[in-house]
Amino acid sequence: MAGLSGPTMTMWEQAVTIAMVVVGTMATRFVIFFIFSGGRPTPEYIKYLGRMLPAAAFGLLVVYCFRNESLFSGDHALPELAAAACTAGLHLWRRNMLLSMAGGTIFYMALIRFVA
Amino acid sequence: MADERVAALRAAFPHTIPILAGFSFLGFAYGLYMRSAGFSAWYPIIMAFTIFAGSMEFVAVNLLLGPFAPLRALFLTLLVNARHVFYGISMLDVYSGVGAKKWYLVFGMCDESFSINLTADIPIGVDRGWFMFWVTALNQAYWVAGTTLGSVAGSVFDPTLPGIEFVMTSLFVVIFLEQWLKERNHVSAALGLGASLVCLALFGGDDFIIPSMAVILLVLTIIRPRLAGGREA
Repeated sequence: MAGLSGPTMTMWEQAVTIAMVVVGTMATRFVIFFIFSGGRPTPEYIKYLGRMLPAAAFGLLVVYCFRNESLFSGDHALPELAAAACTAGLHLWRRNMLLSMAGGTIFYMALIRFVA
Repeated sequence: MADERVAALRAAFPHTIPILAGFSFLGFAYGLYMRSAGFSAWYPIIMAFTIFAGSMEFVAVNLLLGPFAPLRALFLTLLVNARHVFYGISMLDVYSGVGAKKWYLVFGMCDESFSINLTADIPIGVDRGWFMFWVTALNQAYWVAGTTLGSVAGSVFDPTLPGIEFVMTSLFVVIFLEQWLKERNHVSAALGLGASLVCLALFGGDDFIIPSMAVILLVLTIIRPRLAGGREA
Protein backbone atom coordinates (compact mmCIF):
# COMPACT_ATOMS: atom_id res chain seq x y z
CA MET A 1 0.00 0.00 0.00
CA ALA A 2 1.50 3.24 -1.16
CA GLY A 3 1.53 6.62 0.47
CA LEU A 4 1.75 5.92 4.19
CA SER A 5 3.14 9.43 4.69
CA GLY A 6 -0.13 10.40 6.38
CA PRO A 7 -3.32 12.21 5.37
CA THR A 8 -2.97 15.36 3.26
CA MET A 9 -6.65 16.32 2.78
CA THR A 10 -8.40 18.86 4.96
CA MET A 11 -10.91 17.47 7.43
CA TRP A 12 -13.75 18.78 5.25
CA GLU A 13 -12.36 16.96 2.20
CA GLN A 14 -12.01 13.78 4.23
CA ALA A 15 -15.62 14.07 5.38
CA VAL A 16 -16.80 14.49 1.77
CA THR A 17 -14.72 11.48 0.64
CA ILE A 18 -16.13 9.27 3.42
CA ALA A 19 -19.65 10.49 2.61
CA MET A 20 -19.13 9.52 -1.04
CA VAL A 21 -18.16 5.97 -0.02
CA VAL A 22 -21.21 5.78 2.26
CA VAL A 23 -23.53 7.10 -0.47
CA GLY A 24 -22.04 4.74 -3.08
CA THR A 25 -22.34 1.69 -0.81
CA MET A 26 -25.91 2.50 0.20
CA ALA A 27 -26.90 3.20 -3.41
CA THR A 28 -25.86 -0.35 -4.39
CA ARG A 29 -27.83 -1.80 -1.44
CA PHE A 30 -31.00 0.30 -1.70
CA VAL A 31 -31.47 0.80 -5.45
CA ILE A 32 -33.44 -2.40 -6.11
CA PHE A 33 -35.69 -1.86 -3.08
CA PHE A 34 -36.48 1.70 -4.18
CA ILE A 35 -37.29 0.68 -7.76
CA PHE A 36 -39.49 -2.29 -6.83
CA SER A 37 -41.39 -1.12 -3.76
CA GLY A 38 -44.79 0.31 -3.08
CA GLY A 39 -47.98 -1.21 -4.42
CA ARG A 40 -46.75 -2.08 -7.89
CA PRO A 41 -46.25 -5.80 -8.57
CA THR A 42 -42.67 -6.91 -9.29
CA PRO A 43 -42.17 -7.76 -13.01
CA GLU A 44 -41.96 -11.49 -13.81
CA TYR A 45 -38.45 -11.05 -15.21
CA ILE A 46 -37.19 -9.62 -11.90
CA LYS A 47 -38.92 -12.42 -9.97
CA TYR A 48 -37.19 -14.92 -12.26
CA LEU A 49 -33.83 -13.26 -11.55
CA GLY A 50 -34.65 -13.26 -7.84
CA ARG A 51 -35.07 -17.06 -7.96
CA MET A 52 -31.99 -17.70 -10.10
CA LEU A 53 -29.48 -15.11 -8.86
CA PRO A 54 -28.77 -16.35 -5.30
CA ALA A 55 -26.96 -19.48 -6.51
CA ALA A 56 -24.97 -17.43 -9.03
CA ALA A 57 -24.22 -14.76 -6.41
CA PHE A 58 -22.73 -17.38 -4.08
CA GLY A 59 -20.52 -18.63 -6.93
CA LEU A 60 -19.40 -15.05 -7.55
CA LEU A 61 -18.72 -14.60 -3.83
CA VAL A 62 -16.51 -17.70 -3.64
CA VAL A 63 -14.45 -16.45 -6.60
CA TYR A 64 -14.43 -12.95 -5.04
CA CYS A 65 -12.60 -14.40 -2.02
CA PHE A 66 -9.77 -15.46 -4.36
CA ARG A 67 -9.50 -12.11 -6.19
CA ASN A 68 -6.21 -11.16 -4.54
CA GLU A 69 -4.61 -14.59 -4.87
CA SER A 70 -2.40 -15.62 -7.77
CA LEU A 71 -4.83 -18.28 -9.04
CA PHE A 72 -3.42 -18.30 -12.56
CA SER A 73 0.28 -17.81 -11.80
CA GLY A 74 2.83 -18.18 -8.99
CA ASP A 75 1.75 -20.74 -6.41
CA HIS A 76 -1.77 -20.90 -7.94
CA ALA A 77 -3.20 -20.09 -4.50
CA LEU A 78 -2.49 -23.66 -3.40
CA PRO A 79 -2.89 -23.10 0.37
CA GLU A 80 -6.23 -21.35 -0.19
CA LEU A 81 -7.50 -23.99 -2.61
CA ALA A 82 -6.39 -26.83 -0.33
CA ALA A 83 -8.12 -25.24 2.66
CA ALA A 84 -11.27 -24.59 0.61
CA ALA A 85 -11.24 -28.27 -0.43
CA CYS A 86 -10.79 -29.25 3.22
CA THR A 87 -13.81 -27.09 4.16
CA ALA A 88 -15.90 -28.62 1.37
CA GLY A 89 -14.80 -32.18 2.24
CA LEU A 90 -15.63 -31.73 5.91
CA HIS A 91 -19.00 -30.32 4.95
CA LEU A 92 -19.86 -33.19 2.61
CA TRP A 93 -18.85 -35.60 5.35
CA ARG A 94 -20.64 -34.19 8.42
CA ARG A 95 -22.78 -31.35 6.97
CA ASN A 96 -22.12 -29.25 10.04
CA MET A 97 -21.45 -25.61 9.08
CA LEU A 98 -19.50 -24.61 12.18
CA LEU A 99 -17.33 -27.75 12.02
CA SER A 100 -16.59 -27.27 8.32
CA MET A 101 -15.64 -23.62 8.75
CA ALA A 102 -13.56 -24.14 11.89
CA GLY A 103 -11.79 -27.16 10.36
CA GLY A 104 -11.01 -25.40 7.08
CA THR A 105 -9.79 -22.24 8.80
CA ILE A 106 -7.59 -24.05 11.32
CA PHE A 107 -6.17 -26.16 8.48
CA TYR A 108 -5.39 -22.97 6.54
CA MET A 109 -3.73 -21.31 9.54
CA ALA A 110 -1.58 -24.41 10.08
CA LEU A 111 -0.71 -24.56 6.36
CA ILE A 112 0.58 -20.99 6.12
CA ARG A 113 2.45 -21.27 9.39
CA PHE A 114 4.15 -24.64 8.92
CA VAL A 115 4.23 -25.34 5.18
CA ALA A 116 3.99 -22.33 2.90
CA MET B 1 -43.19 -8.80 22.27
CA ALA B 2 -39.98 -8.78 24.31
CA ASP B 3 -40.03 -12.57 24.45
CA GLU B 4 -40.36 -12.68 20.67
CA ARG B 5 -37.20 -10.59 20.31
CA VAL B 6 -35.23 -12.65 22.82
CA ALA B 7 -36.27 -15.89 21.12
CA ALA B 8 -35.17 -14.50 17.75
CA LEU B 9 -31.83 -13.37 19.21
CA ARG B 10 -31.26 -16.85 20.68
CA ALA B 11 -32.01 -18.44 17.31
CA ALA B 12 -29.88 -15.94 15.36
CA PHE B 13 -26.71 -15.89 17.48
CA PRO B 14 -25.36 -19.38 16.60
CA HIS B 15 -25.54 -18.50 12.90
CA THR B 16 -23.25 -15.50 13.49
CA ILE B 17 -20.47 -17.26 15.45
CA PRO B 18 -18.16 -17.61 12.39
CA ILE B 19 -18.74 -13.92 11.64
CA LEU B 20 -17.83 -13.09 15.24
CA ALA B 21 -14.48 -14.80 14.69
CA GLY B 22 -13.87 -13.27 11.26
CA PHE B 23 -15.11 -9.73 11.83
CA SER B 24 -13.45 -9.16 15.19
CA PHE B 25 -10.02 -9.96 13.74
CA LEU B 26 -10.58 -8.25 10.39
CA GLY B 27 -12.08 -5.20 12.12
CA PHE B 28 -9.11 -5.14 14.48
CA ALA B 29 -6.72 -5.19 11.52
CA TYR B 30 -8.70 -2.39 9.85
CA GLY B 31 -8.65 -0.16 12.94
CA LEU B 32 -4.93 -0.78 13.41
CA TYR B 33 -4.25 -0.02 9.72
CA MET B 34 -6.16 3.28 9.86
CA ARG B 35 -4.20 4.37 12.94
CA SER B 36 -0.89 3.45 11.36
CA ALA B 37 -1.91 5.53 8.31
CA GLY B 38 -2.15 8.57 10.58
CA PHE B 39 -5.88 8.87 11.33
CA SER B 40 -7.44 9.39 14.76
CA ALA B 41 -9.46 6.51 16.21
CA TRP B 42 -12.73 8.24 15.34
CA TYR B 43 -12.23 7.75 11.62
CA PRO B 44 -12.24 3.93 11.49
CA ILE B 45 -14.99 3.72 14.13
CA ILE B 46 -17.31 6.08 12.24
CA MET B 47 -16.48 4.42 8.91
CA ALA B 48 -17.06 0.93 10.33
CA PHE B 49 -20.48 2.04 11.51
CA THR B 50 -21.64 4.00 8.45
CA ILE B 51 -20.03 2.17 5.50
CA PHE B 52 -20.18 -1.37 6.95
CA ALA B 53 -18.65 -2.99 3.87
CA GLY B 54 -15.33 -4.48 4.89
CA SER B 55 -13.39 -4.61 1.65
CA MET B 56 -14.55 -1.11 0.63
CA GLU B 57 -13.34 0.30 3.93
CA PHE B 58 -9.83 -0.93 3.22
CA VAL B 59 -10.05 0.67 -0.23
CA ALA B 60 -11.27 3.89 1.42
CA VAL B 61 -8.03 4.14 3.42
CA ASN B 62 -6.14 4.57 0.15
CA LEU B 63 -8.74 7.04 -1.12
CA LEU B 64 -8.26 9.15 2.01
CA LEU B 65 -4.47 9.12 1.60
CA GLY B 66 -4.58 10.24 -2.03
CA PRO B 67 -5.59 13.57 -3.56
CA PHE B 68 -9.15 14.87 -3.02
CA ALA B 69 -11.30 13.25 -5.75
CA PRO B 70 -14.90 12.79 -4.53
CA LEU B 71 -16.36 11.60 -7.85
CA ARG B 72 -13.62 9.02 -8.24
CA ALA B 73 -14.40 7.83 -4.70
CA LEU B 74 -18.09 7.52 -5.55
CA PHE B 75 -17.49 5.71 -8.85
CA LEU B 76 -14.96 3.30 -7.36
CA THR B 77 -17.41 2.48 -4.55
CA LEU B 78 -20.20 1.74 -7.03
CA LEU B 79 -17.85 -0.61 -8.93
CA VAL B 80 -16.52 -2.45 -5.87
CA ASN B 81 -19.97 -2.85 -4.32
CA ALA B 82 -21.99 -3.51 -7.48
CA ARG B 83 -22.58 -7.11 -6.33
CA HIS B 84 -25.04 -5.73 -3.76
CA VAL B 85 -27.47 -5.15 -6.65
CA PHE B 86 -27.66 -8.94 -7.13
CA TYR B 87 -28.29 -9.32 -3.40
CA GLY B 88 -31.10 -6.75 -3.63
CA ILE B 89 -32.85 -8.66 -6.41
CA SER B 90 -32.48 -11.91 -4.42
CA MET B 91 -33.79 -10.33 -1.20
CA LEU B 92 -36.80 -8.42 -2.60
CA ASP B 93 -39.20 -11.06 -1.27
CA VAL B 94 -37.14 -12.19 1.72
CA TYR B 95 -36.91 -8.66 3.18
CA SER B 96 -40.56 -7.82 2.56
CA GLY B 97 -43.33 -8.03 5.14
CA VAL B 98 -41.10 -7.29 8.13
CA GLY B 99 -42.19 -3.69 8.72
CA ALA B 100 -39.77 -0.82 9.23
CA LYS B 101 -36.96 -3.30 10.04
CA LYS B 102 -36.67 -3.79 6.30
CA TRP B 103 -34.71 -0.55 5.88
CA TYR B 104 -32.17 -1.53 8.50
CA LEU B 105 -31.83 -4.96 6.85
CA VAL B 106 -31.09 -3.27 3.51
CA PHE B 107 -28.65 -0.82 5.15
CA GLY B 108 -26.73 -3.72 6.71
CA MET B 109 -26.82 -6.06 3.69
CA CYS B 110 -23.12 -6.98 3.64
CA ASP B 111 -21.94 -10.26 2.03
CA GLU B 112 -22.23 -12.15 5.31
CA SER B 113 -25.67 -10.88 6.41
CA PHE B 114 -27.03 -11.49 2.91
CA SER B 115 -25.70 -15.07 2.87
CA ILE B 116 -27.01 -16.02 6.31
CA ASN B 117 -30.41 -14.35 5.95
CA LEU B 118 -31.00 -15.96 2.57
CA THR B 119 -30.02 -19.52 3.53
CA ALA B 120 -30.67 -19.94 7.27
CA ASP B 121 -33.47 -22.32 8.24
CA ILE B 122 -35.37 -20.16 10.70
CA PRO B 123 -37.00 -22.38 13.37
CA ILE B 124 -40.81 -22.53 13.39
CA GLY B 125 -42.24 -20.08 15.91
CA VAL B 126 -39.31 -17.66 15.60
CA ASP B 127 -40.18 -14.28 14.09
CA ARG B 128 -38.53 -14.03 10.68
CA GLY B 129 -38.10 -10.24 10.77
CA TRP B 130 -36.46 -10.19 14.18
CA PHE B 131 -34.24 -13.18 13.31
CA MET B 132 -32.86 -11.36 10.25
CA PHE B 133 -32.62 -8.11 12.23
CA TRP B 134 -30.44 -9.78 14.86
CA VAL B 135 -28.21 -11.51 12.30
CA THR B 136 -27.57 -8.12 10.68
CA ALA B 137 -27.20 -6.20 13.95
CA LEU B 138 -24.87 -8.78 15.52
CA ASN B 139 -22.66 -8.79 12.42
CA GLN B 140 -22.47 -5.00 12.47
CA ALA B 141 -21.75 -5.01 16.20
CA TYR B 142 -18.85 -7.47 15.69
CA TRP B 143 -17.37 -5.31 12.94
CA VAL B 144 -17.67 -2.04 14.88
CA ALA B 145 -16.38 -3.64 18.09
CA GLY B 146 -13.39 -5.21 16.33
CA THR B 147 -12.57 -1.92 14.60
CA THR B 148 -12.90 0.03 17.85
CA LEU B 149 -10.58 -2.37 19.68
CA GLY B 150 -8.04 -2.27 16.87
CA SER B 151 -8.02 1.51 16.60
CA VAL B 152 -7.91 2.16 20.35
CA ALA B 153 -5.79 -0.70 21.63
CA GLY B 154 -3.95 -1.81 18.50
CA SER B 155 -0.77 -0.02 19.49
CA VAL B 156 -0.79 -1.67 22.92
CA PHE B 157 -1.37 -5.29 21.98
CA ASP B 158 -1.62 -7.05 18.67
CA PRO B 159 -3.38 -10.43 18.75
CA THR B 160 -2.26 -11.37 15.27
CA LEU B 161 -3.60 -14.72 14.14
CA PRO B 162 -2.36 -15.13 10.56
CA GLY B 163 -4.93 -16.85 8.42
CA ILE B 164 -8.02 -16.27 10.61
CA GLU B 165 -9.50 -14.24 7.74
CA PHE B 166 -9.96 -17.52 5.86
CA VAL B 167 -13.09 -18.09 7.97
CA MET B 168 -14.88 -15.75 5.51
CA THR B 169 -13.83 -17.80 2.48
CA SER B 170 -14.89 -21.00 4.24
CA LEU B 171 -18.28 -19.44 5.06
CA PHE B 172 -18.96 -18.74 1.40
CA VAL B 173 -17.66 -22.17 0.34
CA VAL B 174 -20.04 -23.84 2.80
CA ILE B 175 -23.00 -21.69 1.77
CA PHE B 176 -22.32 -22.32 -1.93
CA LEU B 177 -22.17 -26.06 -1.19
CA GLU B 178 -25.39 -25.99 0.86
CA GLN B 179 -27.14 -24.22 -1.99
CA TRP B 180 -25.77 -26.81 -4.43
CA LEU B 181 -26.95 -29.75 -2.28
CA LYS B 182 -30.44 -28.30 -1.87
CA GLU B 183 -31.17 -27.29 -5.46
CA ARG B 184 -32.22 -29.66 -8.24
CA ASN B 185 -30.95 -27.52 -11.11
CA HIS B 186 -27.31 -26.41 -10.92
CA VAL B 187 -27.34 -24.10 -13.95
CA SER B 188 -27.20 -20.85 -11.98
CA ALA B 189 -24.60 -22.00 -9.43
CA ALA B 190 -22.32 -23.35 -12.15
CA LEU B 191 -22.84 -20.19 -14.18
CA GLY B 192 -21.94 -17.94 -11.23
CA LEU B 193 -18.78 -19.90 -10.48
CA GLY B 194 -17.73 -20.38 -14.12
CA ALA B 195 -18.42 -16.87 -15.42
CA SER B 196 -16.66 -15.30 -12.42
CA LEU B 197 -13.59 -17.55 -12.83
CA VAL B 198 -13.29 -16.77 -16.54
CA CYS B 199 -13.73 -13.03 -15.91
CA LEU B 200 -11.18 -13.12 -13.06
CA ALA B 201 -8.67 -14.74 -15.44
CA LEU B 202 -9.44 -12.21 -18.19
CA PHE B 203 -9.83 -8.95 -16.24
CA GLY B 204 -7.93 -9.49 -12.97
CA GLY B 205 -8.99 -9.10 -9.36
CA ASP B 206 -9.76 -5.37 -9.48
CA ASP B 207 -12.02 -5.36 -12.54
CA PHE B 208 -13.76 -8.72 -12.82
CA ILE B 209 -16.98 -8.10 -10.86
CA ILE B 210 -18.89 -5.97 -13.40
CA PRO B 211 -18.06 -8.24 -16.38
CA SER B 212 -19.01 -11.30 -14.29
CA MET B 213 -22.37 -9.78 -13.36
CA ALA B 214 -23.00 -8.80 -16.99
CA VAL B 215 -22.25 -12.33 -18.25
CA ILE B 216 -24.43 -13.91 -15.53
CA LEU B 217 -27.36 -11.59 -16.35
CA LEU B 218 -26.95 -12.13 -20.08
CA VAL B 219 -26.87 -15.94 -19.86
CA LEU B 220 -29.80 -16.07 -17.39
CA THR B 221 -31.82 -13.87 -19.76
CA ILE B 222 -30.96 -16.01 -22.80
CA ILE B 223 -31.83 -19.35 -21.15
CA ARG B 224 -35.04 -18.09 -19.51
CA PRO B 225 -37.41 -19.28 -22.28
CA ARG B 226 -35.87 -22.77 -22.11
CA LEU B 227 -36.51 -23.20 -18.40
CA ALA B 228 -40.03 -24.56 -18.29
CA GLY B 229 -42.76 -22.92 -16.30
CA GLY B 230 -40.56 -20.75 -14.13
CA ARG B 231 -39.92 -23.50 -11.58
CA GLU B 232 -36.19 -23.53 -12.14
CA ALA B 233 -34.62 -23.46 -8.72
